Amino acid sequence: MRVALFVPCYMDAFEPEVGIATLNLLRRFGVDPEYPFDQTCCGQPMVNSGCHDEAKATEELFVRNFTGFDHIVVPSGSCVHQIRCHMTAVEQTEAVQQVRQRTCDLVEFLHDVLKVDGFPWAEFSHKVSYHNNCNALRGIFHGSMSERREASYSKPLSLLRMVKGVTLVEKARPDECCGFGGAFSVFEPAVSVKMGQDKVRDHAAAGADYVVSADSSCMLHQKGCADRLGLPLRFRHIAQILNGDRA
Amino acid sequence: MSEGPRLDSDGLPALLHRELRAGDDGGARDSLGGRLTHGEATSRPLRPPTPEPQPRGAVLHRHRPVDHDEAAQRFIDAPRHEKMHDERLWDLRQKRDRQMHAIPEWEALRDLASTVKQHTLAHLDEYLEQFEAQAVANGIHVHWARDGAEHNTVVHGILADHGARRLIKSKSMLTEETGLRHYLAGVGIEVVETDLGERIQQLDDEAPSHIVVPAVHKLRSDVAEVFARTLGTDPGNDDVHYLAEQQREKTRPVILEADAGMTGANFAVAETGTFVVCTNEGNADLSANVPPLHIASIGIEKLIPRIADLGVFIRLLSRSALGSPITQYTSHFRGPRHGGEMHVVLVDNGRSARLGEPQFWQSLKCIRCGACMNTCPVYRRSGGLSYGATYSGPIGLILDPTFDRRRYSTLPFASTLNGSCTNVCPVKINIHEQIFAWRKVLAKSHDIGTAKQGLMKAAGAILAHPALYRAAIAAADSALKVLPAFLVANPLNSWTRGRDMPAPPRETFHQWHHRTDGGRKQAP
Repeated sequence: MRVALFVPCYMDAFEPEVGIATLNLLRRFGVDPEYPFDQTCCGQPMVNSGCHDEAKATEELFVRNFTGFDHIVVPSGSCVHQIRCHMTAVEQTEAVQQVRQRTCDLVEFLHDVLKVDGFPWAEFSHKVSYHNNCNALRGIFHGSMSERREASYSKPLSLLRMVKGVTLVEKARPDECCGFGGAFSVFEPAVSVKMGQDKVRDHAAAGADYVVSADSSCMLHQKGCADRLGLPLRFRHIAQILNGDRA
Repeated sequence: MSEGPRLDSDGLPALLHRELRAGDDGGARDSLGGRLTHGEATSRPLRPPTPEPQPRGAVLHRHRPVDHDEAAQRFIDAPRHEKMHDERLWDLRQKRDRQMHAIPEWEALRDLASTVKQHTLAHLDEYLEQFEAQAVANGIHVHWARDGAEHNTVVHGILADHGARRLIKSKSMLTEETGLRHYLAGVGIEVVETDLGERIQQLDDEAPSHIVVPAVHKLRSDVAEVFARTLGTDPGNDDVHYLAEQQREKTRPVILEADAGMTGANFAVAETGTFVVCTNEGNADLSANVPPLHIASIGIEKLIPRIADLGVFIRLLSRSALGSPITQYTSHFRGPRHGGEMHVVLVDNGRSARLGEPQFWQSLKCIRCGACMNTCPVYRRSGGLSYGATYSGPIGLILDPTFDRRRYSTLPFASTLNGSCTNVCPVKINIHEQIFAWRKVLAKSHDIGTAKQGLMKAAGAILAHPALYRAAIAAADSALKVLPAFLVANPLNSWTRGRDMPAPPRETFHQWHHRTDGGRKQAP
């Protein structure tokens, strides 16, 4: 099984420790992913703004980097959604379609491909509020959504429940968007900030010490809001918890 | 401050209508006996020491796109309004969820509703002709209007034929599209809205902010101010029962003396030539039945094939809209009553053009329930008027650019693309995917602003070249300036307005991987 690791651009720049945790976690399961060195970005910042033409070359580069792997693992549901559902500026050759189909999020890889049944090295004795990235939830179906009448499930929560000590707390609005939205956070700052403030207050009111998510982008925004409000919330990527971070 | 309503011997507000004072129906009541559970009537006492002025909507300039963020900021800067608005609409969303959970076949109903609408739209020409033939056979005069102006002219013509000077009407988004009220005022015909929320908005000379609850952005203190100014009520009394009753007392004589009545329609049934109007106040029935002349303005997308299909939509409509099982009134109109006249105006106004748009025709399935607005976290925090358009919220983002692409070019960006709207939609319109598709259309036609497009082009160029990318983020602290692109694209430095910046790490993941050979080499 040839596995590649894609570390999204913002994670590369701001949260390298999440990339490292992902790499180490995969190695614990006997998967040693390759890291194609010329990787940059999935193209979402441009595509999300409607600029598909401007994203074409970035998408082509992505496909060049990740052709030929059985799985391309990404510690971000949002980037996977872009690649799987929206990477259409690049010509849709067989290779491109294969790369798109073989790209999966870390949670999906653990839950659906490796079908892991435990993280014996992990322990996290804290109150955790889990944040669903909207693309992960409603785009690649990490879990059931509150809008729909469907059987309840959550891939990330079923993984977190395998970690000793984790206490999950319930927010008043469990899957409301936090207001990040990529370029939205910059071009609609008023609503973006208000949504972020409401979200972190909801985490805090639920009694959370830690906010955990499979997407660092939402958490960059939420941490910015929580720090500004002076809320004592800490933020961790799910890869860090599953890899055994204790705090 | 309010002195509260006058009480009768039972301790109940004397002004309340008899049916409102009926025996206990098990619903929650406030301290004065008023109902609290009915979706549209629910309101929580919120009595600030000094009234917070109501934030007004987007400032419109003739040739400039709507600045949604600017209007949203003013709405958020009025915290009592923003909080009430967010909580009120979230409450409707939760009530909708409870109704959904009570219906095991909910998702099947949505599928069915979507299928019926898709089928109808695919054969719209046939169903429209069938409807017309049946309606004419029922004694209804049927008119066709290509656009808003033609609609207004047709309506004016009917009114002029009857010498009508005063028109009472129930809620209709279509007449908001066509600007009917403004047009009729210009030709000397007075229009009086009979829906309470719509009447409040009319008296305040403000557009409806929501397609189901038009004055939902107003606090009771705002309504007290409007009524004091326009109806002469006590400016210090913001009790909802007092205000509602005062409005009723002032409007009822107008209704009784009106020359003509107008309604919209929620559904028009092709096989029977009938149409159905769903309201909670009974005002549509008054508008239609009191005056001798009834005009119904109906968008051509309102067709459904058979009366048997209606049940699917009736089950979904009010549950999705207000979280109530059904509207108080579901009125079927078949033809003019004895001695009266009934006219139907079938209006296109851009709909058949939209039907020809492969990416956007699905928006015509919309039954105007407003569920997408209630669930939208952006709408709840910015208010409907911040969109500066007839339709606001998620459905507005995909409808408004079809009316004026340049003016509403900013609206598809007033979304986080979170997808909640698509999943509450009772007719399964892929709303957030259409918002996404609109962005692409607008970028292609260079309608997203040259600054944004330039930044995206620059970001795309850097991200497509690993060497440029590495050089850009290798320079000291420049990662923050160069990456991610959403931080690059930041002419206003708006990130730091309410958020702290993330601290840049000592090295990127890439540098770490290079230095340690992916962790295989021990760090020095």
